[in-house]
Amino acid sequence: MESDDDFMSVASSGDDFLDTQASDDESLGEDFGDDFDGGFSKDKDIVATSRKPYEVEFKVLSPDDIDRDQNQQINEVSSILSLPPESSAILLRYGRWNREKLIEGYMDHPEETLEEAGLGTNFEGTPKTEVIPGFVCDICCEDGDNLETYAMRCGHRFCVDCYRHYLAQKIRGEGEAARIECPGDGCNMIVDSKSLSLLVTPALKDRYYTLLQRTYVDDKENLKWCPAPNCEYAVDCSVKQRDLRRIVPTVQCNCKHHFCFGCTLNDHQPAPCQLVKMWLKKCEDDSETANWISANTKECPRCHSTIEKNGGCNHMTCRKCKHEFCWMCMGLWSEHGTSWYNCNRYEEKSGSEARTAQAKSRASLERYLHYYNRYANHEQSAKLDKDLYLKTEKKMTSLQSQSGLSWIEVQFLDTASQALQQCRQTLKWTYAFAYYLARNNLTEIFEDNQKDLELAVENLSEMFEKPVPELANLKVDILDKTAYCNKRRVILLSDTAENLKNGEWSFNVEW
Amino acid sequence: MKEHLPPGISIAKSENLEEWQMDIRVLDENPLYQNQVYRLKFTFSSKYPIEPPEVQFIELPSTSETPRPIPIHPHIYSNGIICLDLLSSAGWSPVQTVESVCMSIQSMLTANTRDERPPGDSDFVSYNRRRPRDINFFYDDDNV
Repeated sequence: MESDDDFMSVASSGDDFLDTQASDDESLGEDFGDDFDGGFSKDKDIVATSRKPYEVEFKVLSPDDIDRDQNQQINEVSSILSLPPESSAILLRYGRWNREKLIEGYMDHPEETLEEAGLGTNFEGTPKTEVIPGFVCDICCEDGDNLETYAMRCGHRFCVDCYRHYLAQKIRGEGEAARIECPGDGCNMIVDSKSLSLLVTPALKDRYYTLLQRTYVDDKENLKWCPAPNCEYAVDCSVKQRDLRRIVPTVQCNCKHHFCFGCTLNDHQPAPCQLVKMWLKKCEDDSETANWISANTKECPRCHSTIEKNGGCNHMTCRKCKHEFCWMCMGLWSEHGTSWYNCNRYEEKSGSEARTAQAKSRASLERYLHYYNRYANHEQSAKLDKDLYLKTEKKMTSLQSQSGLSWIEVQFLDTASQALQQCRQTLKWTYAFAYYLARNNLTEIFEDNQKDLELAVENLSEMFEKPVPELANLKVDILDKTAYCNKRRVILLSDTAENLKNGEWSFNVEW
Repeated sequence: MKEHLPPGISIAKSENLEEWQMDIRVLDENPLYQNQVYRLKFTFSSKYPIEPPEVQFIELPSTSETPRPIPIHPHIYSNGIICLDLLSSAGWSPVQTVESVCMSIQSMLTANTRDERPPGDSDFVSYNRRRPRDINFFYDDDNV
């Protein structure tokens, strides 16, 4: 985390020289009514007490917040560089919203920066379409007398129809927004929002602004869209890509979706992003196939190709390496003499060596399957729990009528169901995590925590299968078990997160 | 258009507005392309010229009256597909014409000194079933 502090101090020295921008982050923080401001490392030591080790600081931004955030930055840069807002917006998008670098670059070489960003040196004035006598459009070769034409500051003039088609194609067809260039050949002038507004239909303009807003979030490292379907919020979190070895930044969007800020997959605490990626890849290749292989095949003792014997005698010739061996004892075929269809050579040396090697590779497969089965089981159980959750709603209604409990009083079932989902999600990933852990004292503690959580979860899960009339009497019990599950989850996650942050885990893979 | 085409470029087929064929040859002494004529096929979509046309070399067998081989070039695959920024939607400008594209390709050949196909040519040619416009070329070398 030292490097983070270094980064902050560099940034703040930039603030000294342009003090207007220093106010930005703070005022934003106030706007959102949060008691922390942007810096992740800065206030970590102060606020850390209220945060669990596995939690990260983040805030959720609505589309309006994003808009405002964006405009504020544009206006600031605009006033610092005394450029019109449209030009500042283009500059910022060109510089991928790295304000400090952009301002510095502009101060040093204004002309070059403008040129590279696709802004000519002369960017004043309101754009308008014109009728030019004797004009021939270079695109459609039209030359009518009343032909409306348009040119940006680069002077490449085309008829308004062609311009419109071109912009429509770029926006609708190619999803471009921030970097649409002049239609002229080799011209890098970016079509600014004023010119665009003049030319396109309102519907297309909306699309354009949506795309623009997207590039803002996409360009900024501290912003990510919530990946939930139809969710239009973004999350602001200062965890950097390089921090992901030490931290699993799970965030929760206003739409209730929990996801990892690092990789935008569903919450996968306690496993770090990189391991999750490896695990998912492995499961994609293996899983069911691996099960079948384990049950039905053997490996060639020489090249370890997997072989299924689907008939024929015990004399095997490996298709790949041409090794000849006996299916029964895995020994060399040449040592078999004439006892072909009835292998009785179990004690021979060549066979036993082959079997040891094979046992080793089977053991590694079985180890994987051990973790995979538990991982998959929790995934499956979470789905079943979810079905139960849907039934709880019905149960809750029937509880209300049967036992005379009020709506508020039956909410405990909803709480319990949510806790169950979350704990299963965590448990699932503890198995993927454990698969990559090298055994030591820490893993024993980890496994104990895992076992405790698992026990708590199964106990709570069982409660849901009780008949509805009994549920009212079990309320206290369910509440207790829910609280216990949550507590075990916090303990497990805190422990793994602490060790991850301090680099205490040792892994059996490089990542 | 026919009358004032630049030297080395001529129309081979232009019966409709969906597909044109052009013959081009290299004008200088470049030994790689001496005494050869090459055939380019232009396919125009309904959005042309807002969208780029699809342009590729086509081969006519050496036994035919007008043999047309595929020119050797580090950016031209042996199935005639051309890796040229100008022909992608990012590099295209609606101001371009058939004539200007031909000239660009002509100069691309003229400037080349390397007697080779793009890396991975045989794999690309045997596995590619996509149309040129759907391929995301990686313009790795701007010098050729």
